Amino acid sequence: MQTIFTDGLCIGAGLAGERAALEMAEAGFEVICLSLVPARRSHSVAAQGGMQAALGNCAMGEGDCPDVHFEDTVKGSDWGCDQEVARTFVDTAPVEMRRLAHWGVPWNRVVPGPKTYYKGGKAFEKVEAEEKSGLINARAFGGTAKWRTCFASDGTGHAVLYTMDNRAAQLGVTVVDRTEAIALIHDGENCLGAIVRCLRTGELVTYLARATMIATGGFGRIYRNSTNAVINDGGGCIIAQDTGLVPLGNMEAVQFHPTGIVPSDILVTEGCRGDGGTLLDKDQQRFMHEYEPEKAELASRDVVSRWMTHHMRQGKGVQSPYGEHLWLDIRHLGEEHIRTKLREVDEICQSFLGVDPVDSLIAVRPTQHYSMGGVRTDGTGAAYGLKGLFSAGEACCWDMHGFNRLGGNSLAETVVAGGIVGKTMAEFLAGCEVSFPTATIRDIEKREQERMDGLLSNVGGDGEDAFQVREAMFDVLDYAAGIYRNGTDLERGVAELQEIHQRSLNVSLKSNGLGANPEIALALKLPGMVRLALSVTYGALMRTESRGSHTREDHPERNDRDWLNRTLAYWKPGAELPLLEYEPASPSMAIPPGDRGYGGGKIISADEPKPSE
Amino acid sequence: MARTLRFHVFRYNPQDPASTPHMDAYVLDETESMTLYIALTRIREEQDPSLMFDFCCRAGVCGSCAMVINGRPGLGCHTKTADLPERITLLPLPFFKLVGDLGVDTGTWFREMYTRVESWIHTEKQFDPASEEERMDNETAEQIYELDRCIECGCCVAACGTARMREDFLGAAGLNRLARFMIDPRDQRSDKEYFDVVGNDQGIFGCMGLLACEDVCPKHLPLQDQLGYMRRKMAMNALTRILPWKK
Ligand SMILES: Cc1cc2nc3c(=O)[nH]c(=O)nc-3n(C[C@H](O)[C@H](O)[C@H](O)COP(=O)(O)OP(=O)(O)OC[C@H]3O[C@@H](n4cnc5c(N)ncnc54)[C@H](O)[C@@H]3O)c2cc1C
Ligand code: SF4
Ligand code: SF4
Ligand code: FES
Repeated sequence: MQTIFTDGLCIGAGLAGERAALEMAEAGFEVICLSLVPARRSHSVAAQGGMQAALGNCAMGEGDCPDVHFEDTVKGSDWGCDQEVARTFVDTAPVEMRRLAHWGVPWNRVVPGPKTYYKGGKAFEKVEAEEKSGLINARAFGGTAKWRTCFASDGTGHAVLYTMDNRAAQLGVTVVDRTEAIALIHDGENCLGAIVRCLRTGELVTYLARATMIATGGFGRIYRNSTNAVINDGGGCIIAQDTGLVPLGNMEAVQFHPTGIVPSDILVTEGCRGDGGTLLDKDQQRFMHEYEPEKAELASRDVVSRWMTHHMRQGKGVQSPYGEHLWLDIRHLGEEHIRTKLREVDEICQSFLGVDPVDSLIAVRPTQHYSMGGVRTDGTGAAYGLKGLFSAGEACCWDMHGFNRLGGNSLAETVVAGGIVGKTMAEFLAGCEVSFPTATIRDIEKREQERMDGLLSNVGGDGEDAFQVREAMFDVLDYAAGIYRNGTDLERGVAELQEIHQRSLNVSLKSNGLGANPEIALALKLPGMVRLALSVTYGALMRTESRGSHTREDHPERNDRDWLNRTLAYWKPGAELPLLEYEPASPSMAIPPGDRGYGGGKIISADEPKPSE
Repeated sequence: MARTLRFHVFRYNPQDPASTPHMDAYVLDETESMTLYIALTRIREEQDPSLMFDFCCRAGVCGSCAMVINGRPGLGCHTKTADLPERITLLPLPFFKLVGDLGVDTGTWFREMYTRVESWIHTEKQFDPASEEERMDNETAEQIYELDRCIECGCCVAACGTARMREDFLGAAGLNRLARFMIDPRDQRSDKEYFDVVGNDQGIFGCMGLLACEDVCPKHLPLQDQLGYMRRKMAMNALTRILPWKK
């Protein structure tokens, strides 16, 4: 097997991976990024809306500062986040936005003078200050007190990722695309790199590194309907959990976006609602203001998604061949606004639905969108359980999002955390000597080669069909681990997923599995995907409360007495269920748990006595 | 009335010694709002798990899925079957190296391109974390974004006659990329430096101006304007080299 040595190895070349790689490269280390696709096709490219940072340049952001951003983030997380991490994040975000400007991001800038904006379908006026002319502008996003989402038209992710990858090319960071890490190499104490499958030839390659990072993005594709790219199936979380030593944090915290279009699940940006788009039901009536008089359509995503689902359950959904949905209405924003400021949305409607949003309604429904959970790290980005392993971005549970991340906070997290964790890694590299135990490495190489050969030597066998097993997993997550959850369904779901896990270990290929063959790629990661699904479902079953995006119908209250904590899901070798441990949500509480001011719901406070048993 | 679609798809797996280039046929019932992404995914999952193609965002923003659709380069995810006849022929993009079936290696080509045009801001200025960002006119920012929207799908290069003849041609995407930096006030390269990159037959003087590129660009980038602007600018530059008194 070919072996490649490097100082730093970033598994993932999206914003988080490349941002960290840049930090190491600037410190003079050799870095390699791996990616399933060319770096610029990473899913970060698809983020349309923007990035939050409290620059306070625009009129509606006046008086904004990291403190206000902090408060929004902590409330948004439903007090599930690590407040020290959230603090670091809000303090660093403005600097990172400016750094991106320096590197070339064409941020929209403040234009002085009066402007019209829309809220809840009504027109208002604001006046941009002369002295802020030309500074980075911001727009509104759900769940924030101020307008603080920096944006580049509506291709923020695109503009930032291209700039980041330009910078990576400039500094000579190597990106090896069409590669897939399928296992971590470790000696029980130190992470030493990864076994990587080439997606052109199908061959395995060993990457040995002194510092390894997981920046593989979200795992939304364990759900049938997700706004995530089709490659977002959780590879990085799988290989971390497979070590048996590294826990995944808060896997049950899964966010659903209110506006995935029906049928293709493509997201239309929250910016639509931020700019004044409204949600309508089958009678073409607004309803969000009845549930959330203050924020209406602009309440945080978990709240909006939940009310939408609730409203559909009241019989107010629109029936369609693809199931029920609601309408998004942006017609009143006018043709010019839609064709320029919301151009990508316009394009999505025209190209994928065949409707023109200037005069038609857009079919939407809540769709899986974001994974708050992931590889658990400390505040510096070092993973629990293995030295020399780090993580950042959506693959990580750093954990500034707790049980619900705010729109615009995750793209900002990728660059903020990427920078911080990259620095941690550079310091680690400067101070560490690593020895590579050849026997251990050979064992892991052999194990992975055998796993692959096992599939290749049994083509056409009588095992399971990989795609059908995945369908079965989708079915379970749909009924058990969606927006509303309850003990009965979750229990049944866990039991079924355990069976599906066994089936996933017994897949036979129907095709020959050679080269870029997609069937073998799925077969290799399917058992890990089912383990992620089990971590979500089992974690959700055990968490008998409702917090952020995790909503238990049978436990509707947020329970700070028993559940102000983070789930850690380990997968011990040969186990059939994850091993769950818990740790306090935050080492300190600058903002003590309280009411979010939206979403309603009862709270069992931390000092409420336990009912006597 | 639901149609029955007939797909004819190019097949070849370079990693399989037994594979030879050929076409395979698949039949599929059309459903509402079907795109080629939905169709090909269904073919893979229901009929032929070996079928290779590249989708990623499936939303027309990542540039992964360019292919030749009934003779014309386009994005698979961005193409509704309703806009196509019942018989649909799919070929991989020409010019780029074949990975397998409909999958081609656009990534390597683009990385080489953006390394060649040094697709990054050239500046002596150091970033100062403590100071306010440098101001920029919003209009300038929007103009830069306009040219920054290229998704590196490769359609323009696949459609380009010059690219077919010279492998080292930068293509409309490469020329557009440089134009993006030329209008960016943060990039401090001089006209001469830009000229050194594109003032030759691999660059702007190789372009025959037939504009197949703009025709197929799924992002509708103003390639024609950019090529024209670049040609005039570079011709002026060439002239000043010959006639040093011309400013
Ligand atoms: C449609 C959409 C719109 C969004 N809009 C916004 C927004 O407006 N604002 C906001 O803040 N957030 C937004 N988000 C969320 C945000 O975009 C993501 O959380 C963020 O981009 C994730 O970045 P990342 O670097 O962690 O991962 P990604 O950009 O997903 O990159 C992951 C990388 O890992 C690689 N990879 C994965 N598995 C492997 C493996 N096994 N081996 C090797 N490489 C691997 C991939 O190839 C890729 O390079 C949006 C998300 C979606 C789905
Ligand atoms: S105009 Fe130039 S770049 Fe465009 S297709 Fe023709 S030769 Fe190629
Ligand atoms: S210029 Fe247009 S066609 Fe060419 S690569 Fe960019 S997006 Fe694709
Ligand atoms: S899959 Fe991303 S552009 Fe088609």
